[in-house]
Amino acid sequence: MIDLIWLIPLLPLVGFLLNGLGRNVLSKPLVGLLGSGVVLASFLLSCGVFAEVYTARQAGEPAVFIQSVFEWIAAGSLEVSLSFLVDPLSAIMLLIVTGIGFLIHVYSIGYMKHDAGFAKFFAFLNLFVFFMLVLVLGSNYAVMFIGWEGVGLCSYLLIGFWFKNKEFASAGKKAFVMNRIGDLSFLIAVFLIFNTFGTLEFTGVFPQAAGMAMGDTTLLLVTLLLFVAATGKSAQIPLFTWLPDAMAGPTPVSALIHAATMVTAGIYMIARSNILFTLSPVTLQIVAAIGICTALLAAAIAITQNDIKKVLAYSTVSQLGYMFLGLGVGAFTGAFFHVITHAFFKALLFLGAGSVIHAMGDEQDMRHMGGLKKHLPITYVTMLVATIAIAGIPPLSGFFSKDEILAHAFSANKLLWVLGFVGALFTAFYMFRLLSLTFFGKFRGTTEQADHLHESPASMTVPLIILAVLSAVGGLLNVPSALGGGQALANFLSPVFADSAAVTGPFHLDHSTEYVLMAVSAVGAIVMAVVAYRQYAVKGTVPKADDAPRGVLAKLSYHKFYVDELYDTLVVRPLNALSVFFYRIVDRAGIDGLVNGLGKRVGESAQGIRLLQNGNVGSYIFMMVIAAVLILAFGVFNG
Amino acid sequence: MNPHLLTILIFLPLLAAAVMLTVPARRQSAYRYIALVTGLFQLVLSGGMYYLFHPKGAGISQERLYQFVDHIPWIRLDMGGLGRLEIDYFVGVDGLSMPLLFLSALVMVIAIGASWNVQKSAKGYFVLLMTLDMAVMGVFSALDFFLFYVFYELMLLPLYFLIGIWGGVRREYAAIKFFLYTLFGSVFMLLVIVGLYFSVTNPDTGAHTFNMLYMMDPANYVSGSFFSALANQELFSIPARLLGFIVLFIAFAIKVPIVPLHTWLPDAHVEAPTPISIILAGILLKVGGYGILRICFSIFPDAAVQSAWWLGLIGVVSIIYGALVALTQHDLKRMIAYSSVSHMGFVILGMASLTTEGTAGAMFQMISHGFLSAALFFLVGMLYDRVHDRGIYHFRGLATLMPRYTVFVALAFFASLGLPGFSAFIGEVFVIIGTFNAESVNGLLPRWMAIAGSVGILLSAAYFLWTLQRMFFGQPYLKGGGAWSKALTDASPRETAIMVPMLVLALVLGVYPALAFDKINASVLALVELVVGN
Repeated sequence: MIDLIWLIPLLPLVGFLLNGLGRNVLSKPLVGLLGSGVVLASFLLSCGVFAEVYTARQAGEPAVFIQSVFEWIAAGSLEVSLSFLVDPLSAIMLLIVTGIGFLIHVYSIGYMKHDAGFAKFFAFLNLFVFFMLVLVLGSNYAVMFIGWEGVGLCSYLLIGFWFKNKEFASAGKKAFVMNRIGDLSFLIAVFLIFNTFGTLEFTGVFPQAAGMAMGDTTLLLVTLLLFVAATGKSAQIPLFTWLPDAMAGPTPVSALIHAATMVTAGIYMIARSNILFTLSPVTLQIVAAIGICTALLAAAIAITQNDIKKVLAYSTVSQLGYMFLGLGVGAFTGAFFHVITHAFFKALLFLGAGSVIHAMGDEQDMRHMGGLKKHLPITYVTMLVATIAIAGIPPLSGFFSKDEILAHAFSANKLLWVLGFVGALFTAFYMFRLLSLTFFGKFRGTTEQADHLHESPASMTVPLIILAVLSAVGGLLNVPSALGGGQALANFLSPVFADSAAVTGPFHLDHSTEYVLMAVSAVGAIVMAVVAYRQYAVKGTVPKADDAPRGVLAKLSYHKFYVDELYDTLVVRPLNALSVFFYRIVDRAGIDGLVNGLGKRVGESAQGIRLLQNGNVGSYIFMMVIAAVLILAFGVFNG
Repeated sequence: MNPHLLTILIFLPLLAAAVMLTVPARRQSAYRYIALVTGLFQLVLSGGMYYLFHPKGAGISQERLYQFVDHIPWIRLDMGGLGRLEIDYFVGVDGLSMPLLFLSALVMVIAIGASWNVQKSAKGYFVLLMTLDMAVMGVFSALDFFLFYVFYELMLLPLYFLIGIWGGVRREYAAIKFFLYTLFGSVFMLLVIVGLYFSVTNPDTGAHTFNMLYMMDPANYVSGSFFSALANQELFSIPARLLGFIVLFIAFAIKVPIVPLHTWLPDAHVEAPTPISIILAGILLKVGGYGILRICFSIFPDAAVQSAWWLGLIGVVSIIYGALVALTQHDLKRMIAYSSVSHMGFVILGMASLTTEGTAGAMFQMISHGFLSAALFFLVGMLYDRVHDRGIYHFRGLATLMPRYTVFVALAFFASLGLPGFSAFIGEVFVIIGTFNAESVNGLLPRWMAIAGSVGILLSAAYFLWTLQRMFFGQPYLKGGGAWSKALTDASPRETAIMVPMLVLALVLGVYPALAFDKINASVLALVELVVGN
């Protein structure tokens, strides 16, 4: 099975080509079958690969497999091969990308059924899976970078999928450009890595890095650059504003790309490079600080948003912040654990939101929803599971992964724990607010919408149910020892983080402290859930209209802290002004003014000798020869 | 056994032009078919040569390492006390010229394809086009400086007429501006050529020579001569060799073009007919880059090392300035012209790094930009052919009206903005790696230049995506209303047949760059050795 690694990304690429080229010929059922079929095949192959990795791990081996496909670049001292690396970390990512990817493909068959661009949609989705798999499987930073930029491209294409809408197309552009700021940083990091280690292969870089001193300046620079790259892809401060806008894309895209997979690439990349970060404590502190700030800022915005997808988008930004907090405090396993559980429940939440939007006839404003519980029972139950999971209420998956991050945060710095706990309270609040506004109370939409309400078809609800089961039991992957668990995930991943563990030593927190922390966060989450439920379900409060007066804090939150406006003033306008200045003043008036002035002067003085230019080619050539001879003679006498 | 393939490649268009002159002017369509057959034949021939080209043939300063060489005495004039005048017909190919010859043949075919609907005095047009074709092939092959100069000047005249007669509204202004800029460069170039002639002798005959390869070897300089490294002559208190380098560099840099010597380019592009824009961007700009490597760097390596920092700065300024100015353009063609300035800045930056990665990257970038810019100008031409308008603000929602055309534009834009998997990415990344490594390899360029250069990649995403969004997305809205939407038909089979190979080439070179690097590498190594090794 390991020999077939190359097939895993290749299959979706084939799907992309077939669906892309045959988009006007193939029938919709065939397109759907092809699009989902290739991802299913990749998933089955990934299961086989995972089984082999698992067996190897059970036998106590590190389970690292490398497969080289061909030499991509060889020029000067640089040699880069297109090769794939499977180890415990990438094996799990393979399952997430292809597994959840497959479910979302199936869901899309129902969701996009009436769209004219059905085949184009599946082609782009397949292309995304291809690039994501390249990103995950790359055995060096260069191949990872191809995947990294490639997923950005697909994200652009899919956000602007309904390109006839100007705002949607503009959201795609914003996402791509902001991502590119991060990509640029990635690229410079790659150059620096190559310059320092002489190779880009993970298996070449990390052992060398492990031998370097703690706090090495080069490592500091490399990790800072990589982190900036991660803030772009994973929507952290300061590059997070594209993700909420990215909700312009069709909902399955939000679920797959902007929740479950692509946005976690930054965490994956840092987890992959963990030894570089462990040896740069300053960077780790910055990662933790940015992570917690993003988690809080985004959560604070989410509590006042009324667009169901916007709430989920800010929630994603916030949860990604938790993952970075985890990385920053050295909880690599915890952060990755949260990647896994978040992939389950956030994909589920988006797909559930999609089911709601579908039933409501493309309505996304929660102020027009309410009471959907009885119309969409499966959607309701599955979203309830996901909401409990993300809110961190035991025993669902989110509790375990968030707890692990918070426990590490506590032992690193109590303040980080407190802030993380506050964020968790926000999370429980905005999620139950969303659930209450959508499913409880009276229906607030039009009668037309009320007649149209229906549960989604099986192709959409079956993926919801599967994801709900995973969201519920996902926590079992890594039950902490305090609760008598075996920490299966931590053991499985241990070779990936072995170098870092050797530097930091084992993590230890008393069981009694851990119980207290767990109890506090669980109770806090439940209290906030009840508060939100009472406010929006029982009392039936409906959020204010857009232009209603708000308090200062509510206004800040509702207007997303004016970050977009700030960037517009600080970056976009000055850049445009500079651009106009260069063109109008420097280019046209300056350089061209000089040239034209010179030309005019020459033209005037040439009036007199105009007779020389009589249009006779023969005389031109004659003049040329004379001139050449004169010049030669000049050279002779000066030589 | 020497089948004179290179000579055939160079002079074939001249033969075609001669045939055209015999065809009566009323048989309009004959010219384009003659041109197309010639172009395709050249493409096959240069493709075959590319395939046969031995990757170990480093060339640069060693005649025996050149391939497809034709070297015959051309002008021998006894000048009495001044010795004998030696001018050779000396052409040959190495890793610097081989890819550019193939590129030229390819771009020529595209240009001929884009000329399909030329009505205005087709005879004159195609004869001039063929003359231009011959001249560029000659420029990339000549190894005798006099011969090079002849071809170089020969390139200028057809272009002047092609812009000045077949161009747009302000064609005369653009043509004269182009002519003056380039002439300014080449007049001074001639002085340096003469100076070099009197400084260098053929070691076998002792006669003064225009042979470039002899000029690359310090041993061939007459002691005490103007450009002799040992003599340390000065003019206007500038060392003579540095002065010679600067003059030649300016001549070629105008062609590249560099900021601030670039303002002829947007005007020339905007006024030039589509095929000439394609040739300008696809081939002419590369003559500049090629000349810097072949002549400035190889003949004045010492001065190149001294000036590297300044060249790097010029590269960075061109990258950023071109990109920033591209951001504010309202005319699609002008926007692409400024993007050319930015992308060619990478060529200068890569060369300035004087590392193998950077120089190979500069070569690769020239190749990649050659056919990508040709593709971009062809795409602009497609729009202009239909509605005679190129205003970015005059179109909206073209994706709905012309879906296939939109796919082409999107692919060409993404390829040009340096997306991995396309050729421009490889070129730009190698340039930046080279610049980045220069600090530790030879200490010629500081690292910030690499970082500033990569900002250009970011800006290119901004202007290309902005254009894409402004013109192609949203609800269809056209300045010309219903008449335009009727005229805006999707890409025709002829246009598709021209676009697809170019986009495939961009993809193939991006995925498997070894196709080009294998042929370039040996020469780049030899060149870097020649320049930095001293």
